Amino acid sequence: MRRLLRTLLAVIGFGAVRRRARRRHEEAQARRAERPTEPDRRAENLVVAALLLAAAAALAFVVLYLVTPNTQLLGLTFGGALALLGLAAALAGKRVVSQEQAAEEYPEFGDERAQGDVQAVVEESGSSISRRRLLLGAAGLAGGALGAAALLPAASLGPNVDGTIAATPWRRGRRVVSRDDKLIRAEEVSESTFVTGFPEGATKESLGAPLIIVRVPAPELRLPPDRLAGAPDGIIAFSKICPHAGCAVSMYRHPRFRPTAPKPALVCPCHYSTFDPSRGGKLLFGPAGRDLPQLPLQITAAGELEAGGDFYDSIGPSYGRSREKPGRKD
Amino acid sequence: MIQRLVRFVDERLGAGPALRSTLRYVFPGHWSFMLGEIALYAFVVLVATGIFLTFFYVPSDQTTTYAGSYAPLQGVTMGKQYASTLGLSFDVPAGLLMRQTHHWAANVFVAAIVLHLMRIALTGAYRKPRELNYWVGVTMLGLAIFEGFLGYSLIDDLLSGMGLVIAYSVALSIPFVGDDFAFLVWGGEYPGSSSFWPRLEIVHVLIVPVILAALITVHLLQITRQHHTQFAGRGRTERRLLGTPMWPGYALRSIGLLLFVGAVLFLLGGLVQINPIWQWGPYETWLSTNGAQPDWYLGWLIGGLRLMPPLEVQVFDYTLMPNPFFGGFLFPNLVFLVLFLWPWIGRRFFGDTRAHNLLERPRDNPRRTATFYAFLSWVFIVFAAGSMDRFYLRSGIPYEGQGWFFRAAAVLAPFLVYFVVRRICEELRDRGDHPLRGWTGRVVRRTDTGGFEEEPPTS
Repeated sequence: MRRLLRTLLAVIGFGAVRRRARRRHEEAQARRAERPTEPDRRAENLVVAALLLAAAAALAFVVLYLVTPNTQLLGLTFGGALALLGLAAALAGKRVVSQEQAAEEYPEFGDERAQGDVQAVVEESGSSISRRRLLLGAAGLAGGALGAAALLPAASLGPNVDGTIAATPWRRGRRVVSRDDKLIRAEEVSESTFVTGFPEGATKESLGAPLIIVRVPAPELRLPPDRLAGAPDGIIAFSKICPHAGCAVSMYRHPRFRPTAPKPALVCPCHYSTFDPSRGGKLLFGPAGRDLPQLPLQITAAGELEAGGDFYDSIGPSYGRSREKPGRKD
Repeated sequence: MIQRLVRFVDERLGAGPALRSTLRYVFPGHWSFMLGEIALYAFVVLVATGIFLTFFYVPSDQTTTYAGSYAPLQGVTMGKQYASTLGLSFDVPAGLLMRQTHHWAANVFVAAIVLHLMRIALTGAYRKPRELNYWVGVTMLGLAIFEGFLGYSLIDDLLSGMGLVIAYSVALSIPFVGDDFAFLVWGGEYPGSSSFWPRLEIVHVLIVPVILAALITVHLLQITRQHHTQFAGRGRTERRLLGTPMWPGYALRSIGLLLFVGAVLFLLGGLVQINPIWQWGPYETWLSTNGAQPDWYLGWLIGGLRLMPPLEVQVFDYTLMPNPFFGGFLFPNLVFLVLFLWPWIGRRFFGDTRAHNLLERPRDNPRRTATFYAFLSWVFIVFAAGSMDRFYLRSGIPYEGQGWFFRAAAVLAPFLVYFVVRRICEELRDRGDHPLRGWTGRVVRRTDTGGFEEEPPTS
C-alpha cells in the first residue's frame, strides 16, 4: 500500500509537491501509529511500584537529613530515589506509552538563490561609496584602538615582571631555621634523611626560601673545587623547589634504594626529576632542564647552619627570559 | 485542559507549529547517541551541586586555625579556602554528599564527552554539514578539562597546591610572554597575591560555566536544525531519518536517563570516597607528596610533563623554551589542534567532501579509524605515564625504567596501533558479519532447473 502510494506520488509530481505530500502521508501514518496499542497492565503496575518506592526513598532521605545526616545513607536514599524514578520513566517510555517509529526528512541546505541575494544585498549596500578603502581603514583603526584600550585594564591584574622573580632571601650569614623557627644545628643533619630549612626572619612561602639539606659522606662528594667550601662536613643544601615545575623536592632515595639505582638521590614527586646531591644537584633523570640549585653553607662557631651566600644558580621553574647567575652575593 | 493551554500559548506566541514539530522530532535509537546526553545530564548535576557548594566556600587565603569537627587537623593553621571546604565536608549536613557528587560528576562529565567525541570521530558524524557543531564540541571538551582543574585547585589542600604550582610553571614557560602572563594571572610571583583566590573562584563558578551553558545551547540548536545522524538500515537513508519521536517515548526515556545519571552520581557521591582533602593537609610551597593522583582527565598533562627529556631551548643565556613548555603547553595544544583539524583531515586525506547524514561504522573506513586510534594511543601512553607511581607500587619497576619505557612507547605505539587497527577493520569489513551477532545473510541456491531459490533459515 505504502509502496503503491509512493510510486503514485513519484508519477504524479516531484519536488515540493511530492515532499509536501510525503510529509502529509507520514503525519497521517504517525497519527495512526499513535492510537494506543493493547495496554500493558504488568508494565503499568511496575511503573506504579517504582514511583511509590521512589517516593519512599525520597521521604527516607528527608527523615535521615533531619535525624542523622549520614553521608552514605543520604547518598543511598537520594540516589535510590533518582534511580527508581528513572526506572519508572524508562519503563513508561518503553512499555506503557504507545510505541511508534516515525520518519522525518533531513533538511537540505545550500539555497543558491538565497546565497546570491545575501551577496547582492551586501555588495549593493556599498555601491554608492566612493572612498571605500579610506572608510574601511578609518573604521578599522577606530575599532582596533578601542579594542586595545578596552583590553588594557587587564594589565591591572598583576605587577610588572621585575628583578624580584629571581631574588631569594638568602645572603651570607643568614641562619637556617626549621619550620617552627628553631635554629638548625649541624649535627641534626644525618645521613639517613633530609632536613627542610628556611631563612631566619624571612617569609617561608616564597619560592626562593625553602631548602632541602642532606649529609653526604665526605669521600663521596664530587663537587667542583669552588663549591667544596659550601658543603662543610658533607652537609649540602639545595633549593627545595624543583627547577622543572616548582614542586617541592621531598623524596630522598636513601638509604633504601635499589641496587640497580646508582646512588642516593633527591627526587621530585611530581614529574620524577632526580638529582644527585653528591655532585651538587646534577640531574640524573627526568624532565628538569636545569640542575637543582645549591646554596653554599657555613657552620657557625656555635655549630649552627648559616648561608655562605646566595644560590650558585637561579632558583625556581625556568622562564623565557635572560637570567643572570646570582652567584655569591656577600 | 491541554487544549486550553495549547490555545493560550499559540494565540499569544504563535508557538503551535513549533510545539508540534518539537513533539514529533525524531531521534535515532542507538545506544552510542546517549553518550552526549550523559555529558549533558552530568552538567546538570554539576550546576545543581555546585550552586550548593558556593554558599559555603570562602575564596580567601587568609590564615585561620582549624577548629572544626575533624580532630586530626584541629589546631592546624590553614587558609580559609581549605578550612571552609573542610567545614562544608564535615559540619554542613549533606555537604560532603554534595561535594563528592560534584567531584564524581566532573569525572563523568569529561569521560562522557571523550567517549562522545570518539563516537563522532570514528563514525564520521563530524562530516559536512556538521563541522561547526563538532568544533563547538571540541571547545567544550577543552573547557571541561580546564574547569575541572580549576575546581580542585580552589581548595588549597596539598594536591591542589601542587597542581597550581605546576600550572604556574607551565604559564611561566610560554616563550616571550610567559612571565608577564603568569604574573597577571597570579597577581605577582608565585604563590601570588590574595586576589588570586577570588579570581580562581569567579572563573570556576561563573565565567566558564556560563560559556559552557551557552555552547551547550548552540550545540543543541545546531542539532535540531540539522537533525541527528543515523546508521544505515531499512528505511534509513541519506534523506530520511527513522526513529522514535520526541513525544512520548523518547522524552520519557531521556528523562529516565537524566535520573539514572543523577542516581549513579549521587550513589557514587554518597558511597564512594573521592578526593579526601582532609588526608592531604594544607599546601605550603615546601610540601609535596608522592602518590597523589589528580583527576583522571589531567593524567595526560602530568604524563606529558614527565616524559619530556630534560631539554630547554637556550639562545646564549636566554631561555627560549623552558622544559614545561613542551609537555605542559605544546603537547596539549597539539592534541587539540589535531582534534580541531579532524574534519579537515577527513576531507584532505580520506577524500570525503560531500554532505552526509548516514554514519559509517568504524570498520567501514579502516584508514580513518586506524589513524584516530593511533592518535588516541599516543595520548593514552602519555596518560598512562601519569600513573607511574601506581605502576611502581604494583610492579616495583623504578621510575627511571618506566620513564624510558613510556618514552619509547609514546613514539612507537601509534605506528603499531595503526597497522593492527587497520587490519582488524579490513578483516571485519570484508567478512561482512557482525562480531557478536554473527552472520545475518541468507543463502541463495541454484536449482536444478536453472532458477534460484532462497534456502530456508536453518535455526
